[in-house]
Amino acid sequence: MSGHMNEPIVTVKDVVTRFGEVVVHDGVSLSVNRGEIYGLLGGSGSGKSTLLKEMIMLLQPSSGEINVLGRKLQTISAADSADLRRRWGVLFQAGALYSSLTVEENVGIKLREYSHLPEKLVRDIVAMKIDMVGLPANAAGLYPAELSGGMIKRVALARALAMDPELLFLDEPTSGLDPVGAEAFDRLILEMRDTLGLSIVMVTHDLDSIWTIVDRFAVLGERKVVAEGRLAEVLENPHPVVRQFFSGERGRLRSRNGK
Amino acid sequence: MQAIQTQKAQLQTSVNTDGVLTLRSSGDWTLDNLDEVAVSLKSIADESRAVSAQWAFSDVGRVDSAGMMLFIHYVDVLGAKGCKVDITGMSAEHEKLYQLMRRHVSEHIEEGSRLSLRIPNLLAYIGRGTVELFEDIVSFLAFIGENFTVVLSSLRHPASVRYGAIARNIEDAGMRAIPIVAVTSFLIGVVVAYQGGVQLEKFGANIFIVDMIGISISRELAPLITAIVVAGRTGSSYTAQIGVMKITEEIDAMRTMGFEPHRFLVVPRILALMITLPLMIFLADVIGILGGMVIANLHMHLSYTEFLHRLQGTLDVKQVWIGVIKGPVFAWLIATVGCFYGFRVSGNTESIGRYTTISVVNAIFLVIACDAIFSVLLTSLGI
Repeated sequence: MSGHMNEPIVTVKDVVTRFGEVVVHDGVSLSVNRGEIYGLLGGSGSGKSTLLKEMIMLLQPSSGEINVLGRKLQTISAADSADLRRRWGVLFQAGALYSSLTVEENVGIKLREYSHLPEKLVRDIVAMKIDMVGLPANAAGLYPAELSGGMIKRVALARALAMDPELLFLDEPTSGLDPVGAEAFDRLILEMRDTLGLSIVMVTHDLDSIWTIVDRFAVLGERKVVAEGRLAEVLENPHPVVRQFFSGERGRLRSRNGK
Repeated sequence: MQAIQTQKAQLQTSVNTDGVLTLRSSGDWTLDNLDEVAVSLKSIADESRAVSAQWAFSDVGRVDSAGMMLFIHYVDVLGAKGCKVDITGMSAEHEKLYQLMRRHVSEHIEEGSRLSLRIPNLLAYIGRGTVELFEDIVSFLAFIGENFTVVLSSLRHPASVRYGAIARNIEDAGMRAIPIVAVTSFLIGVVVAYQGGVQLEKFGANIFIVDMIGISISRELAPLITAIVVAGRTGSSYTAQIGVMKITEEIDAMRTMGFEPHRFLVVPRILALMITLPLMIFLADVIGILGGMVIANLHMHLSYTEFLHRLQGTLDVKQVWIGVIKGPVFAWLIATVGCFYGFRVSGNTESIGRYTTISVVNAIFLVIACDAIFSVLLTSLGI
C-alpha cells in the first residue's frame, strides 16, 4: 500500500439498472482505490450482487458508466475484455467450482489455459496456492462434491488467486462459514492484500468483516449509494438505511466492543 | 490506461575459476515472460556441477508468484545437487513475496512418475465394473420394491394419490409428444408401404399391402417406435428432473418434510406414462396406417375406399389390442428406469448427463428385449 493508494481502480458512474419494470439501481456512483479492500453493503435485494456482476461484465447496466482497471466496460473491445478477465479474479458466493474437475485442476485451470509454463511449475504454483489458502495437500485430488462448504470457499479463493490478479472480486466470501472459519478467511484476505498488493471489492453483509478488514465501503439502499467512505465516516451518516443497518442488535454490540 | 509494458525475464550466467556459478536475473519475472528463462534454467540446473552459486536478483522488475515459484524451484533443485545458493540483492517487496511463498512450498522435489501396471489395472477395472453392475441390479430391485409398497399403500388410501401431478405428467409426456409421435409414425407407414410395395408389385399382389401395413404397424411397429420416442423424450427428462432435484437437495428437503419422494415423484410419473403410452400407440396406429394408405394410393394406385374396405376385412381387433397392451408394460419400464437413474445421480452436474444417457440406452434396450419376449410368448401361444 504505497503512493498510488488513491488512484481509482474501479469507478462506477450514474449506473441505472432495470429488469423490465423493476429498477434496481437509479444512479449509482462509487469508486474503489488501488490497494484497498472495498465493501459493497446493503440489505437483501439492494442490488449489490447485481452491481458486482456489472463490474465483472456478466451483466450490462441499462445506462451509466463503469471503469475497471482503466477500461470503460461499455465500449470495451474483445481483446481488452480478454485481457481484463486475465487480470482479475472472481470468487463466487457458492464457489462455482467446476464439478467435473479436481481441486488441483480447478485451481490450475487459468494457468494451464493462459500460459505456456512447464507442467511441473504449474503444479508447484497450484500446490502453493492450495497451501496458502489453508487447505491440506491431500485435498488436491478431491472433487468439489467431496468438499465441505468452508473448503469449497478456500478452493474458490485459491482459484481466484491463481493468476496473481491485481483485482479480486469476492461475492459474500464469509457467508456459510462458521464464525471461526469466517474470521480465518477474513485474515487470509487481509494477508493476501498486504503481501500480494491486491485491490479487493467484496459484497458482504458480515458486520465482522466490515469492522475488521474493509477499508472503505458503500451502503446501497433505495436504489442508490446512500453512504460511502470509511467506517467512522459512515457511522456518522444519519441516513435511515445506514442507521438501520448499524443500529440492529448485532451492530450495537459490535460498536460497543469496538475492534 | 494501456497495458503495462513488460520485459522478458532474463538470466545471465557465468562460472568463475573457483567453480562458483553466478546467476544474474533481470527483466520482469511474471507469468507471460517466463518461457525462455524456464528453458534456460532447466539446462543450467541439469549441467551445473558447481558447489556454490550466487544468484543476484537486484535487476529484476516485477515478480509474480509464477516467477517466484520458478526461482524457488531452481534454488531448491541446485540445493538438492549439493550447491549452496546465496541470494543477493532482493528488494524488500520481493523478499516479502519470497518469504510468503517459502512458507507454503512443500520441500520435497519429486521427480519421475509412478510405474503403471497395466494388467492388474485391467483386472481391477473388470472387477470394479462387475461389482458395480451387481450393485446396480440390487438397487434397481430395491427401487422397484420400494415403489410397489408405495403403490400398494396408495391402493388402500386412494386419496393419497397425487392426481394433480399425474395430470401434469400426462400433459407433459402425452399431449406435448403428439406431434413428434405423429410425424414419426406417419413416416414409418410411408417407409413400410414403399418397401413392401416394390416387392408385392413383382407378384402382382398389390392389394396385400393393406394386410402388411395394417398388421405390422399395429402389432409391432407402432408400439416399438412410440416407446423408443417416449424413452428418448420422457425417460431422459425424468432422469434429468429427478437428478437435478437430487443435486439441489430438494429430494432431501422432501424427505425431511415427510414427503416420500416415491409417492410424490415416481408413482405419478409411472402412472402417467402407463396411461399415456397405450393412447399414443393407438394414435401411432392410425397415423402409421394413414401414411401407408397415402403411399399405396400414390404409388400403387390403390384407392382409399378399396384400402379401407380391405383393412376392415384383414385387420383383427386382436392385432390392435396386442399392440396397445404392450403400452403399459413399455411405459412402466421406461418410467421406472428413468426415475431410478435420476435417484442415482450424485454430486456433480456431469453425473446428470452420464445417468441420462445410461437411462435412455437402458430403457430402449429393455423395451426391445421385452418386445422380443412378447413376440416369442404370443407366437408360442398361437395368438
